[in-house]
Amino acid sequence: MALDSKIPQGPLADKWTNHKNNINLVNPANKRLIDVIVVGTGLAGGSAAATLAELGYNVKAFCFQDSPRRAHSIAAQGGINAAKNYQGDGDSTYRLFYDTVKGGDYRSREANVYRLAEVSANIIDQCVAQGVPFARDYGGLLDNRSFGGVLVSRTFYAKGQTGQQLLLGAYSAMNRQIGRGKIKMYNRHEMLDIVVVDGKARGIIARNLVTGEIERHSAHAVVLGTGGYGNVFFLSTNAMGSNVTAAWKAHKRGAYFANPCYTQIHPTCIPVSGDHQSKLTLMSESLRNDGRIWVPKHKKDVEAIRNKTLKPTDLKEEDRDYYLERRYPAFGNLVPRDVASRAAKERCDAGFGVNATGEAVYLDFASAIQRYGKEQAHVKGLNENDAALVKKLGQEVVKNKYGNLFQMYEKIVDENPYETPMMIYPAVHYTMGGIWVDYNLQTTVPGLYAIGEANFSDHGANRLGASALMQGLADGYFVLPYTIGDYLADDIRTGPISTETKEFEEAENKVREDINHLINNKGTKPVDYFHKKLGKIMWNKCGMARNEKDLKSAIEEISQLRAEFWKDVRVPGDANEFNEELAKAGRVADFLELGELFAKDALVREESAGGHFREEYQTAEGEAKRRKEFQFVSAWEYKGEPKDAVLHKEDLVYENIEVKERSYK
Amino acid sequence: MNLTLKIWRQKGANDKGKMVDYQISDVSPDMSFLEMLDVLNTQLIEKGDEPVAFDHDCREGICGSCSLYINGEAHGPDRLVTTCQLHMRKFKDGDTIYIEPWRAKAFPVIKDLIVDRSSFDRIQHAGGFISVNTSGNTQDANSIPIEKANADAAFDAATCIGCGACVASCKNSSAMLFVSAKVSQFALLPQGQVEATDRVMNMVNQMDAEGFGNCTNTGACEVECPKGISLENIARMNREYLKASFKG
Amino acid sequence: MSGILNSSIGRKFAMALSALFLMVFILQHFAINILSVFSPEAFNEASHFMGTFWAVQYLLQPVLILGVIFHFVMGFVLEIKNNNARKVSYAKNNGSANSTWMSRNMIWSGGFILVFIVIHMIDFWVHEMNVKYVAGDMTGLIDPTDPNSGFRYYEELVVKFEPIWRVALYCVGFVFLSLHLLHGFGSAFQSIGANNKYTKALKGVSKVYSIGIPAGFIFIALFHHFTGTH
Repeated sequence: MALDSKIPQGPLADKWTNHKNNINLVNPANKRLIDVIVVGTGLAGGSAAATLAELGYNVKAFCFQDSPRRAHSIAAQGGINAAKNYQGDGDSTYRLFYDTVKGGDYRSREANVYRLAEVSANIIDQCVAQGVPFARDYGGLLDNRSFGGVLVSRTFYAKGQTGQQLLLGAYSAMNRQIGRGKIKMYNRHEMLDIVVVDGKARGIIARNLVTGEIERHSAHAVVLGTGGYGNVFFLSTNAMGSNVTAAWKAHKRGAYFANPCYTQIHPTCIPVSGDHQSKLTLMSESLRNDGRIWVPKHKKDVEAIRNKTLKPTDLKEEDRDYYLERRYPAFGNLVPRDVASRAAKERCDAGFGVNATGEAVYLDFASAIQRYGKEQAHVKGLNENDAALVKKLGQEVVKNKYGNLFQMYEKIVDENPYETPMMIYPAVHYTMGGIWVDYNLQTTVPGLYAIGEANFSDHGANRLGASALMQGLADGYFVLPYTIGDYLADDIRTGPISTETKEFEEAENKVREDINHLINNKGTKPVDYFHKKLGKIMWNKCGMARNEKDLKSAIEEISQLRAEFWKDVRVPGDANEFNEELAKAGRVADFLELGELFAKDALVREESAGGHFREEYQTAEGEAKRRKEFQFVSAWEYKGEPKDAVLHKEDLVYENIEVKERSYK
Repeated sequence: MNLTLKIWRQKGANDKGKMVDYQISDVSPDMSFLEMLDVLNTQLIEKGDEPVAFDHDCREGICGSCSLYINGEAHGPDRLVTTCQLHMRKFKDGDTIYIEPWRAKAFPVIKDLIVDRSSFDRIQHAGGFISVNTSGNTQDANSIPIEKANADAAFDAATCIGCGACVASCKNSSAMLFVSAKVSQFALLPQGQVEATDRVMNMVNQMDAEGFGNCTNTGACEVECPKGISLENIARMNREYLKASFKG
Repeated sequence: MSGILNSSIGRKFAMALSALFLMVFILQHFAINILSVFSPEAFNEASHFMGTFWAVQYLLQPVLILGVIFHFVMGFVLEIKNNNARKVSYAKNNGSANSTWMSRNMIWSGGFILVFIVIHMIDFWVHEMNVKYVAGDMTGLIDPTDPNSGFRYYEELVVKFEPIWRVALYCVGFVFLSLHLLHGFGSAFQSIGANNKYTKALKGVSKVYSIGIPAGFIFIALFHHFTGTH
């Protein structure tokens, strides 16, 4: 099947408007006759469910958590971008579009990104109307901060809990519709398969995680807002439950999987402390507004710091290497995430890591505390030369901006970041790859849609900070609810979809088979054993730097591990009860397939772009080297085993932006 | 560290549960409390026993899933943290640790340490929202300036993660801190004024219908709340409710 | 407005209103009693006024009685309801980590105060009612037939505080009242929705009132026990 991205004709700036004017609509009376399933209740799924219900569709929403409010969007910290230009610093829709395409290393689809930038401003209006308490200045107007990879301040935020506030906004919109009976909510339910009838997605098979019951649910269309697959690395900033299962099952039912190798390794996370570790904690990118990243210049100081004979605060300025400021004078500490992560790895690999494992760099607030302290002292008419006072005032400002992040750091690491620099190291955070979708956010299975992190379209090979929240809400509130109407307009006379068909039966039986296999396997090793092992392979061979040899061996190793998993996994308990190990086993089974496709995709992509860095393809200065012949989206078609997947290419055409070397110097 | 754990085990909602003792060794002080339980569970699975079920997800203190009553306190002895942010360095070698689920009639146990908190969702369905059309066409976000103090107070109330520690630690199993956080968030914002009367009435009525107890102002909820939600919110809700009652 | 007493917050509000009313009453009661230390005459005058003025007797007295009954009945009802909100109790509960003993034991301090009030009513109020409304003696005189015999109130007070057992009982009663007030005073304001910039100042007032007034009552009892001459 040739990929048709269905990008509307016409000039870039008019595409979305024209498209909305030309697509089919479903009249309000007919919407009542149409059911839509939304899987996942994060920013994308939650907002889509709310708006679809608002428009009049009957929505069934599913989440594996005990409440939609707990979807992992809640953990997003720093902020949400929008081209409001409230700061009057030259921002515009075009600039947001430009920054996003460039930030994505010219591997995203122009038309989608432009639409994202276009609707971004509306998101802020919408959220404020819903009562989302964004940060404000003393004049009562909305405040902004800067994020990596851009030269304007366009990030709206609510302290370090922006994701939480936006998700609670979407959750409240859902609650209103649940109260009205327009959304039927299924908490603690996990989608385990898509049901395709006559080539169209017509329902799902879900497991009630409390009772273990396998349920059939039908609808005229199915929307996946099920997030990313960073947990294929075992250790990531994702929640423990975040998984690829829904997306992977969709892939197995015919949805192409795009660019699985594009993974965002976030530069500022709390370093790994030991083997017991179950997850990694992000320290928001917003910290790079005020924090300076450095390692010692000399090896002897590194040794002294590791031996704890030297305190980092005692190291003289001239003996520190602020390597981001040194390498990228224009953007400094605010280079995009992929660049910052690689630079940290480069320093640590060269032996300058500052903790016992050698995998940590400093994020230092001392100069920001000084700067803010002096400013405050001046404003308040106090003595600017009183060091103790300046420090105290400066710390107060920093506390106001990042208090919850500093507290989080202190609880985990047991060190006070107001007094000593934070230690950070890159960790897996976000996956730009995902289910392939066209301009309408429809997958290659008619009637099956993918939104938010679950799809691939807007961030190319690297996502800019504060753009995930923007994309999730744009897809859910403003894009999907329109584009899905175009498809559903043909379904107004279809009537309710029966679940008593051979397709539902076949899908249900398949689900039951897998579950029974896992329960009856009675192997020797717990699920986590396999998950951790997979994570190690992924991190070592498909992590921040990749090469042909490692990728080839990763494919082999993952395939072997998968075989071992099915032979030797031990899942205690029963299928018909609350059984977290069983749920985990199903998710890890899918990660073990996805991981292999991931490595295969990385192997095929013989270039470096954004989050995908191939050691064979770098410039003399060690920067990522893109190759013109790889200016396409890799969309993989499922053919049984991951190694048999067939590659389809969607060429990326840039008509409104010049593809240049991506420089932040 | 070596520890003795006394954990509530209960097969299902309708089964009888009991406290069961477990010994665990080689616990690192850098582990989080849930990572310590992960280790226990791995041991249990390897021995052929059923692992202890507990709610958890983000493991960074924001999703509100984790919900353990540890040594007689919601989320354990540390302050302003959830169970997943509690680290083993807060305990000593040889300690005995009691681990129980939240206890409240409105939070029935599902299994072991997992409780059903859907009563919280139903309270939100009753009025935890501003009725605004979500498909666009709203006015510009900066058209209504909001005093910073009110915006900040609304934000502080809005940081509630809905974990239920307030209910668990209240001697009356009252949900007033939770409900008042939402009522306050909207009461402090101009957008929330239009529906203020119905909102507080509906949410309080639903709260009462769910079987939560009444607030007697012991303040335990505020102390145990991982997000430090203030009792001022309950006072504000009381005002809002009384205002609404006399109006309605 | 209808059914406000069926809602949690409505009940809480009603508890607080009755509490505030009772606290005003206690203050008034104290103000009159303390006169007995400084001036038996003034005490007698005030007592006679309170005991015979129609508005006090036929309006405030019934309201007070209803208020007391309401406060106790509602207190017990809420306690039962609140206990029902948790069917299984914790194997280990560390209440002192997050709240005061007083706040968690209002039902006990309240219960003891109830016992005290019953005894106190038998001691003074039943006697008053007998004299005034059963025997029909509204004069307030020691000897109703002798206008020069003087008011009986101070006399009666001193007699009551002669036995040490009664003084001890009253002291214990006031200690419980103090414990009850130490939580109840601030709690009442919180319940009616008053939590603002004055709350800190109010905490000080609460301490003064909650410790000062019961201590004052104890002082009066001890004073009459040790100085009373009969």
